[in-house]
Amino acid sequence: MSNEIELIKDPGLPAHVHRRADTDPKAAARAERQVAILFMLSALGTLLLIVSYLFIPEDIFFFIPVMGNTNAHQLGLGMGMAIALFCIGAGLIHWAKTLMPDEEVIAQRHEFKSDDEDRKDFVKTVKEGAASAGLGRRPLIKRTLGAALGLSAISPVLLLGDLGPLPGNQLKTTTWKKGTRLVTDPGDRPLRPSDLEVGAVAQTLPEIAPGEHRSLNDIAKDAVLLIRLRPEEFNLDAERLSWTHEGIIAFSKICSHMGCAVALYEQTTKHLLCPCHQSTFDVTRAAKVIFGPAARPLPQLAITVDAEGYLVAQAPFNEPVGPSFWERSA
Amino acid sequence: MTARERIAGNVAGYVDDRTGAAKWMKKNLTKVFPDHWSFLLGEICLYSFVILLLSGTFLTFWFDPSMREVIYEGSYEPLQGLEMSAAYASTLDISFEVRGGLLMRQIHHWAALIFMVGIVVHLMRVYFTGAFRKPREFNWIIGVGLLTLGIVEGFLGYSLPDDLLSGTGIRIAEAIIQALPVVGSYLAFFAFGGAFPGVAFIPRIYTVHVLLLPGIFLALITVHLMLVWYQKHTQFPGPGRTEKNVVGYPLMPVYMAKAGGFFFIVFGVTAFLGAVASINPIWLYGPYTPGQVSAGSQPDWYMGWLDGLVRMAPPLETVTFGYTISWNILIPGLILPGIMFTGLALYPFIESWATGDKREHHLLDRPRNAPTRTAIGAMALTFTLVSLINGGNDIIATTFDLTINQMMWFSRIAIIVLPPLAYVITKRLCLSLQRADRDLVLHGRETGRLVRMPNGEFTEIHEPISPEKAWLLTSHEQLAPLELPEYDGAGVRRPAAIKNKIRNRISRSMATAVPKATETERKELEGHH
Repeated sequence: MSNEIELIKDPGLPAHVHRRADTDPKAAARAERQVAILFMLSALGTLLLIVSYLFIPEDIFFFIPVMGNTNAHQLGLGMGMAIALFCIGAGLIHWAKTLMPDEEVIAQRHEFKSDDEDRKDFVKTVKEGAASAGLGRRPLIKRTLGAALGLSAISPVLLLGDLGPLPGNQLKTTTWKKGTRLVTDPGDRPLRPSDLEVGAVAQTLPEIAPGEHRSLNDIAKDAVLLIRLRPEEFNLDAERLSWTHEGIIAFSKICSHMGCAVALYEQTTKHLLCPCHQSTFDVTRAAKVIFGPAARPLPQLAITVDAEGYLVAQAPFNEPVGPSFWERSA
Repeated sequence: MTARERIAGNVAGYVDDRTGAAKWMKKNLTKVFPDHWSFLLGEICLYSFVILLLSGTFLTFWFDPSMREVIYEGSYEPLQGLEMSAAYASTLDISFEVRGGLLMRQIHHWAALIFMVGIVVHLMRVYFTGAFRKPREFNWIIGVGLLTLGIVEGFLGYSLPDDLLSGTGIRIAEAIIQALPVVGSYLAFFAFGGAFPGVAFIPRIYTVHVLLLPGIFLALITVHLMLVWYQKHTQFPGPGRTEKNVVGYPLMPVYMAKAGGFFFIVFGVTAFLGAVASINPIWLYGPYTPGQVSAGSQPDWYMGWLDGLVRMAPPLETVTFGYTISWNILIPGLILPGIMFTGLALYPFIESWATGDKREHHLLDRPRNAPTRTAIGAMALTFTLVSLINGGNDIIATTFDLTINQMMWFSRIAIIVLPPLAYVITKRLCLSLQRADRDLVLHGRETGRLVRMPNGEFTEIHEPISPEKAWLLTSHEQLAPLELPEYDGAGVRRPAAIKNKIRNRISRSMATAVPKATETERKELEGHH
């Protein structure tokens, strides 16, 4: 016995097993009929689509378990289209599987690598081509071309310059000024402290002149949440306490993490939660981050009341609102 | 010759006279494609892309990509009289006013989800069977590019309607751009034409979504398919299949019928989903305004893992010399995805470097026979899956009565602990399966028939497996680990010693295997019985 290890041998492609339709003309005829039935079903699907498009009104709803209230017009169009397309596919595949030849064929592969001869020739051709252009012999052309190409890349970049203005101060400022009234959003109604009961929340924006249009850009920076607690529930330093008024505290509603609206307020725990990434802020401690990915508290807006008793800002925000950016603290 | 045959012959002759296509066509119409269900995954992607082009073109006829403010006066009562962008209003019109518009919108969205699922599952098939190996590395990289572009394209697509949910998504994208060190706020202002949200963004991403990216997709998909064609498809191992041949069915007529039929099936199923399964009901969300958000805001699934990473990031932000760096955004939003996608793209090169295998491979691996590769894949999938789960942490928490904090801490720990665990378990599983294969070849199949011997002993009858099965279980190659020299002849450490040491170690891990059964062993065992 030799010491060489004998491996298990490849028995080769198994013998082909004929399908019934290959040998039995009846089975073949049956398969043909099945394919034809599928194509006819497809035609019925298209008919359903046409009927739905032309004759089913768009306002008929009916109840289907699981799906709930369903629009008949939409369902008819969709199911018609689905049946029409699916049955064409099913018919084609059934045809291929039952009636088209199913004998496996063997083709040979060839290595992709070219002959060494061809590779050499290729390198030679490239070298000769480069040499005949004289790139190596004419350094002046090479360098000036390189410089010209490099410089020409400036133009597309430069021409994109008008995509937008430079940020300037815009990320750092809001519309809030000393004395700006807080008005409800929606409704634009100025608020008195008495409008808010303890435990209540209100979304507010800075008051604008009547007829003036409020842009989304302003809302994206100006949205402020008012929350009223009992004054003794605050756990604030003297300065921050002086920014509140009769237990009403105001925070920027724009999350300090990624700018979503911090819209969920839990009355019992006095936590504000951002629904996007679940950063959680403690209202009693000047919106300190107590959970989640946000790194900074929500900016607090100092508020007081004006001569008419309406809530107003004492001063603009003392820091930029919204998500961080490179120059934020600069 | 019938009249029809004569006409066909004339047409073919006319074309061939001018192009000489007959020779090429003759060869390619009989081209052989191997058959396996998993080879249909890539086809699903291709067909859903075609569906996306068709349904997307339909939508462009009515969609108005403008952020101009309009008052809604359509037939959907709850929103009548509200101020909204023309983009949102026209999406409502497509849903309620255009016959079949809602169906097309839903088909378009479902096709996008199927496209992305198809890409990911196709990628997993290619990865776990080693189909990315030489000579198919280019196609692997193109595939990773298509996956990346698909994520971007999908995000831009569901951002276009400018509803409250998608606007929130754009806000988050803006925050990621803004978080880039040095250039962030400038880039954000360039992208949005000023401060967020501005009026420029929707028209801009519309051009990217319907022109620029589909163009790139078309080019990449064409190259992807041409390479598959030219390099011939890989095939699973089995009797009669070798590295030198392709066993399968000819393009004409079997594959044409099957592939063409499959296109209609994919389209039919997508239309069915569009008909019965509501998706992205934007009329429920309302128009976008930066001061509002709905609870349970979720991106589409292929963005979910990214959102999940952002959600679980620790609250880390540093200020150095007055400049702010938001690590809580940069790490999960850019650095980790960058590492993930670069690693994915480079994997074929890393593996061939580690194993030293530079040969062409056309026979696929059974995943168990490449335990380290399979384990790395399981590890990466686990990482992504934990992120994805955390992307839905609020929904999971409310559904299962958990707190957000429990969910978040689960994910923060799991993302570190579970991937290595998945690696170890998967590798062990692969080796166990190899052991089972070996047993099967050497001792045969358990029949479940118990026989009592004359001496009272009970034994179970084992039946030998078929030669085809035995070949399937043993035809794979088992590579020996690399043994690169760390010392030269004189016993002095070589300059590349550390590199070689690392390579040796990885290659040893790659070569871990249960020795496959051989004929010699089988014969020896027979001698014993």
